[in-house]
Amino acid sequence: MVRTREKRPTAFYILAAFFALFVLFLYGPMLTIFILSFQGENGGLTFPMNGFSFHWFVNLFQQQAVGDFGGSFLRSLKLGAIVMVVTVVVSFMAGLAFRWRFRGDTFVFYLAIASLIVPSILISLGIGLLFNIFQIQPHWYSSGLGAHLTWTFPFGLLIMFAVFNRFDPSFEEAARDLGASNWQTIRHVVLPMVAPSLIGVAMFSFTLSYDEFARTLMTAGSLNTLPLEIYGMTTNVTTPVLYALGTLTTVFSFVIIGLAFGAVLLLRRRKTIG
Amino acid sequence: MSAPNSKRGSYFLITPMALIFAIFLVVPLLTIVVVSFWDYDEYRILPDFIFENYSYLLGSSVTWQIYLNTFKYAALTWAFTLGIGFTVAYFLAFYVRSLTWQIILFMVCTIPFWTSNIIRMISWIPFLGRNGLLNQALMGTGIIHEPLEFLLFSDFAVVLADVHLYTLFMVVPIFNSMMRIDRSLIEAARDNGASGWATLRHIIVPLSKPGIAIGSIFVITVVMGDFITVRLMSGGQSASVGLQISNEIGMLQYPAAAASAVVLLITVLLIVTALLRLVDIRKEL
Repeated sequence: MVRTREKRPTAFYILAAFFALFVLFLYGPMLTIFILSFQGENGGLTFPMNGFSFHWFVNLFQQQAVGDFGGSFLRSLKLGAIVMVVTVVVSFMAGLAFRWRFRGDTFVFYLAIASLIVPSILISLGIGLLFNIFQIQPHWYSSGLGAHLTWTFPFGLLIMFAVFNRFDPSFEEAARDLGASNWQTIRHVVLPMVAPSLIGVAMFSFTLSYDEFARTLMTAGSLNTLPLEIYGMTTNVTTPVLYALGTLTTVFSFVIIGLAFGAVLLLRRRKTIG
Repeated sequence: MSAPNSKRGSYFLITPMALIFAIFLVVPLLTIVVVSFWDYDEYRILPDFIFENYSYLLGSSVTWQIYLNTFKYAALTWAFTLGIGFTVAYFLAFYVRSLTWQIILFMVCTIPFWTSNIIRMISWIPFLGRNGLLNQALMGTGIIHEPLEFLLFSDFAVVLADVHLYTLFMVVPIFNSMMRIDRSLIEAARDNGASGWATLRHIIVPLSKPGIAIGSIFVITVVMGDFITVRLMSGGQSASVGLQISNEIGMLQYPAAAASAVVLLITVLLIVTALLRLVDIRKEL
């Protein structure tokens, strides 16, 4: 059944067909809105296509009833970038900390798990209430940032766990034996070795923040992030401009994924050459 | 490695994360608990210690119906994501022969996860709508003569969207568990005459249990607290606990929302505790 060069069993073909259907299920609907976002000027929300145009993409950038697409996109971008940097640094530090047992380590670990499984709307409500009671104005860069970090930290920490569980400590010991300080060991030995995983954490945290909706709901303050803007549009926009926006943000997400993979590959290559 | 100062180092290194969790997770949750005992009028929330929010919530038959409905979504989504997720992971782990292909196919499954959930929900509209692709296709082939109305803005659409969004949460941990199964166990089973089916049932399923438990925790908690999928895909015709909370927030009835939130949190924690008895998460990383 496994790793044999003989003829593939019938089960393989059945499972492969199932897998193909699953992929179609994953990508099919998104493909339809990509196509429909090029709908002609007089076209509607469903097929058939009424011509082909970039009308709805142009429409998206004209400030009008649609809302503030440009502003919300920039805010989401900035927020995602901040969340990304903070998550990478703090998760890496926490990952290092967890390599030794310390008092309260289990508690912090369970906080991270709790942060992952507490329904997002509770985080939103809780932070919103907290700011309300202390009469602090919520902003995307204060309460919004905190709410997003409760979502990205657990992923960052779990990835660091997975990395350090497989990390060979003898490299570090060698560095120490050769007289490297703690900081030098981390900077020149540990960091280069875990760099690809940190890029993974970066990509994870950026896209999680960029797409986060429920935790932003009560914490973004008066200015919308992009997912809030999109959500608003779903209730009052009835033209393919919605699909154009969907296509655009999805393409943007793919670019981010592509960049992350490019960076990982580059690191790998440098490592093999050097 | 247990140098005396490594412990102090650990405290220093963990402080930022612990602080953020304290300020933006622990304190907010405590705030919810406190506010759930407060009073409110149309304009503001009033510090108090009353049980009306809870007695009203738990005494209302609407609440029980909403919980029943939410459990229904959670159970259906769980069953479908488990079935599909297990099959996909099984295929990837045991039937794809080269590591490169395993990675490529695994990536194909995970990429949609990096895109916006709301966009992924919206993308069902041109597919399922009254004049959508599916109805057009079914009518074109003559299978039906009237468009099917139940496809969009229905419980069916909610569960479909949930399965679409969250099957990956099952695939990843189950695949992870399966990749750790010692291949010699499977060869031994086969050498002893076990059929593929018997191997699956007596070796692979039991050894995949940790992955199944982790995936189930993710899927069930996410569906229990969800409100966007229910609102968008049911077209406002169904309710869930999360949606109820979000509506109460919208009407500025914060103490009522807080009481609902506390009950939801307890429910979710009970489910998770039950599932955690099956698995030690820290061992699985």
